[in-house]
Amino acid sequence: MDKIAQLLKLLENTDTIELNEFRMDFEELELHLMPAVQQVVGQAQQAAIVKEIMPAEEFKPPIHDYPGEVAEVQLGAGSRKQVFLGGQKALYRFEEPQPNPPVVTFDVFDIPMPGLPRPIREHFEDVMEHPGDWAKKAVKDFGANMVTIHLIGTGPKVMDKTPKEAAADIEEVLQAVDVPLVIGASGDPQKDPVVLEAAAAAAEDERCLLASANLDLDYRKVAKAAVDYNHAVLSWAITDINMQKTLNKYLMKEGLTQNDIVMDPTTCALGYGIEFSIDVMTRTRLAALKGDTDLQMPMSSGTTNAWGSREAWMKKEEWGPTDYRGPIWEIVTGLTLMLCGVDIFMMLHPQSVKMLREIGETFTKEYMTTEVPDISNWVSQLE
Amino acid sequence: MAVTAMDVYKLLPKTNCAKCGEASCMAFATKLKDKEIGLEICTQLAANEFDKLADILAPAVREISIGKGAKAMIAGGDEVLYRYELTYYNQTPLVIDISDDMDEAAFDERVKKIEEIQFERTGELLTLDAIALRNKSGDASRFKEAAEKLKNANLALVLCSFDADAMKAALEAVGDERPLIYGATENNIEEMATLALEYDCPVALFVPNDLEKMKELSRTLRAKGITDIVLDPGTYVNAGIGDTLDDFIMIRRLAVEERDEDFRFPIMGVPALTWLNTEEDEVNTAIKEATIATTLINKYADIMIIHGTEIWELIPVLTLRQSIFTDPRKPQAVDAGVYEIGEVNEDSPVALTTNFALTYYTVEGDLKSGNANGYLLVLDTEGRAVDVAVAGGQFNGKAVADLIKESGIEDDVKTRKMVIPGLAAPTSGEIEDDTGWEVVVGPRDSSALADFLKEKV
Repeated sequence: MDKIAQLLKLLENTDTIELNEFRMDFEELELHLMPAVQQVVGQAQQAAIVKEIMPAEEFKPPIHDYPGEVAEVQLGAGSRKQVFLGGQKALYRFEEPQPNPPVVTFDVFDIPMPGLPRPIREHFEDVMEHPGDWAKKAVKDFGANMVTIHLIGTGPKVMDKTPKEAAADIEEVLQAVDVPLVIGASGDPQKDPVVLEAAAAAAEDERCLLASANLDLDYRKVAKAAVDYNHAVLSWAITDINMQKTLNKYLMKEGLTQNDIVMDPTTCALGYGIEFSIDVMTRTRLAALKGDTDLQMPMSSGTTNAWGSREAWMKKEEWGPTDYRGPIWEIVTGLTLMLCGVDIFMMLHPQSVKMLREIGETFTKEYMTTEVPDISNWVSQLE
Repeated sequence: MAVTAMDVYKLLPKTNCAKCGEASCMAFATKLKDKEIGLEICTQLAANEFDKLADILAPAVREISIGKGAKAMIAGGDEVLYRYELTYYNQTPLVIDISDDMDEAAFDERVKKIEEIQFERTGELLTLDAIALRNKSGDASRFKEAAEKLKNANLALVLCSFDADAMKAALEAVGDERPLIYGATENNIEEMATLALEYDCPVALFVPNDLEKMKELSRTLRAKGITDIVLDPGTYVNAGIGDTLDDFIMIRRLAVEERDEDFRFPIMGVPALTWLNTEEDEVNTAIKEATIATTLINKYADIMIIHGTEIWELIPVLTLRQSIFTDPRKPQAVDAGVYEIGEVNEDSPVALTTNFALTYYTVEGDLKSGNANGYLLVLDTEGRAVDVAVAGGQFNGKAVADLIKESGIEDDVKTRKMVIPGLAAPTSGEIEDDTGWEVVVGPRDSSALADFLKEKV
């Protein structure tokens, strides 16, 4: 024992020991030296503890440098108020707050839409005959920053309204409100481009968002209408980042720039594949910040899809009232995608819109600049 | 930084003995890195190499078990910041709070409710994981008594008190069940640390909105030899949610990207704080609590304490949890082909759907609960839902014609009529053209399909 202590003392100021012609039987070594090794280890541990409780190394927020940034898209011009989407230079606000908060646009339809769920109908029942009144109510009563007018009635199997009638509906909505518009068609690949072209002409220089261009229809016509009449285009791909890149490239070839395109990577509702949307949107935004110029546009979510989920609308006593389930389903769907970077949400229910906005508005604030309540005694204070 | 297969391979015996069932050590290394196989399967590893490997394979976020036996749950274990990079591990345990000052009947009723909440989705039963007992009374013996009662509950336990004496009293009752001690703060850290060591229980560190201090205190706990730590940086529910998000994200980034040892622990979110001094009514507060829970589960909450027990509030949270914890590496698809529902014969009706697992199980469940009989044709849409597959072109006439041929359905039934999903209506023409079958457009939601088959087909 003493010899070992002496040996250790000798070695105190030694960094390395060179052993020549040394042969070791491991088990034997363990047996003979065990007590001393333990003692040495004990000392080492203590040393480690002393080191550990030294003041913690300084906390440094994990801030990244991003070579790319998200393009800013202006919606609304002429007689419209202006809304800006995108413009992020970082992923999170502790790195750099985003310049524009996420925006919600209320869905309005050109026909009364008997299929809308009751919790929504009850808010808009009195105005559903006239898209202008409907839009006005969304803005006046529910503070909509934007309105989406869906020209569902132009669908050949719906009411087969002509492009001219569609243009008249657009004019009605333009007259009724001064917020920017998203103009949606019926989803008919043959007719949509023609309808959107007529609507774009009716709203010339008002900088609306034409929804949408995709690879299944004549996207050139949609792009040309946007260029000719000063609008932006929604570029819609089906949860496929490569399809999105391709389409964006094509649209830019037609004369649109990053500042004229908003992407819709497709919103799969909560419980119906939302994880696919999460992955695609996350990857898209990361690609934008890494510098992929084909993916640097703001993103949009058709959050209204949430209302198709049975958990949102189906009467079922053991699931509780649909009055609450519907709005929550829309909130959870939208909010989840907002946390993946989505900039504009198409939504239906006023309460969902309110909740989403509350959280979205924090995205433009600096870290630790908000007054927070004292929660240090929540365990006993909570009712 | 994430570990690579090469890092793992270097420490393996490189004998390619194949006893693990893999063709080579490199193949085994790849599986180890992806957590598809356990290290102990390798029979050739020396002990010190085993430890080294175990260390580099340890997840970025430590896995912490709370509760014992059938009540046990695991928090943490994540490796990545985004699920598409790998997958998220260990579904966020959902804990419901209960206070120790309730009268006995109300207490028992709440425990029963928490235990019984369940929601079935795509063949999986979604349930809650634990009960958080709050020392609202401020009284140690009352806290102990309530903890004692919860021994009979069938869920794991979180003990919430900042008073070390009360905590000690409760641990005397349930300390052998490995409850989570909540929690250590700047003021009580010495006492709580002592209790955590004495009872060998995990301990939560509560440091609201001050990551610098949190790092320091985490270090203090670690220096005492405590390894099972949960971090609660505070949950703010109004404008402060922005700070909370930042705190959660920073902690996780530091753990995953910097491997900062002080932050490599599960994060706790407390949506229950929505109920603290709320000015809204109960319904709106519950909706808001679900909103906060959504926010936090999306951004790295590894365990959450919730107050509301209304099923309509919990269904969306349970569903979101199920969704984001599915493994993106596994296709969510069932085999394409023909499936028999109920009793079938040559006069049975035929319906068509896609092979997206969620779609298939929903349709199958609806047909079974509606006591329908018939054949279900399942189209390979590469695991896409109906509307997505229609838009994406996988749901088309030619594909359906191939399915009919390959499945041999024409030998099973006399009918040449099929019901397609309402959402696939635009493809009805091409399906008729390509298959020669008559197409009936069915309901948009399969909940109406069983009746539709009985009445219309």
